[in-house]
Amino acid sequence: MPADFLVLPLRARRALTICATVLGVAGGVPAQAEAEAPAARPVVEDPVLEARVLELSHKLRCLVCQNQSIAESHAPLAVDLRNQVREQFVAGRDENQIVDYLVARYGDFVLYEPPFKLTTLVLWLGPLLLLVAGAGWLAFRLRRRAAEAVTTLSEAEHARARALLEGGAPSSSEENRS
Amino acid sequence: MKAKFLVPLILFLVLAGFLAFGLTLNPREVPSPLLDKPAPAFRLARLDQPAQSFALEEMRGQVWLLNVWASWCVACRQEHPVLVDLAKRNIAPIVGLNYKEVRGDGEIDARDMPLDTETGMAIERARGWLAAHGDPYTLSVLDIDGRVGIDFGVYGVPETFLIDQRGNIRYKHIGPITPESVEKIFAPRIEELKRAG
Repeated sequence: MPADFLVLPLRARRALTICATVLGVAGGVPAQAEAEAPAARPVVEDPVLEARVLELSHKLRCLVCQNQSIAESHAPLAVDLRNQVREQFVAGRDENQIVDYLVARYGDFVLYEPPFKLTTLVLWLGPLLLLVAGAGWLAFRLRRRAAEAVTTLSEAEHARARALLEGGAPSSSEENRS
Repeated sequence: MKAKFLVPLILFLVLAGFLAFGLTLNPREVPSPLLDKPAPAFRLARLDQPAQSFALEEMRGQVWLLNVWASWCVACRQEHPVLVDLAKRNIAPIVGLNYKEVRGDGEIDARDMPLDTETGMAIERARGWLAAHGDPYTLSVLDIDGRVGIDFGVYGVPETFLIDQRGNIRYKHIGPITPESVEKIFAPRIEELKRAG
């Protein structure tokens, strides 16, 4: 089966389980994790750099957990890619160069915001098209309805309506049949 | 006017058609931008002789397969007998890219491990695995930190690349190779590339 080939290493699987459990048993798992970690080292050495890494990481899709960015994912590949981003920032490359580096390897799929080009035209313009079409249809219907709405009642119909409103029995023979 | 009631039905059928088509797609398969482009160059230590290295250029002139594997990868176990059979047929050399042998295994924390220790452990585990399951590879190289894997756009193990005489990637197989994929994809494409020269 092609869909289930992707074997996440244990650490990633555990991370996923934690993601899932935290939703249900908030508090339980983090508390345990705290107890297991005696002395946390400062993770961030350069906060400015780290902020840049994080900002860019949010725009890049993790290829393992495909609905997460590499900033959110705990998959080992996401960690590797974050390290790549950090290393390249340190090496003095700018955001566009790093994005190009990743796109060259993983394709546009790695971008959370797909580029505007021929193959993504429907993706970008589709919603707008639907909106315009919907608005057009609505306008058309409203106009038709406005044209149809002007109906005048005959004298007999007026009389019957008045009778109905006053609580009188309907006088039409059709009504009496039922 | 009389066919008006058909409009929702037709809309429904169109939507159902799109959704049914969507079910046949595999969202895990990300098309590689590297297709028909030169394979990224690398030079890595060999698994059999770690003191020696192997570079991509050494395969120039041959049609060959680069198979990404690791002992912690469960799907590789499923794929392995197929590779062993493929190797016996001798139609193309298979080079193994041993991917993050230690780091991919969630059981071991390799973060604070010196590289020597990690390399030693990787060699031991990878060799043990090949000894147990058979070795279809012409040779394997060690991609300890997965850097070469990133260059190849690897995002899961196993993955297999078909590379031509000029060093261009001609096909990328995501997930385990099955006997069917050998017959339907690999064997014919390898023959075709060999004939094309």
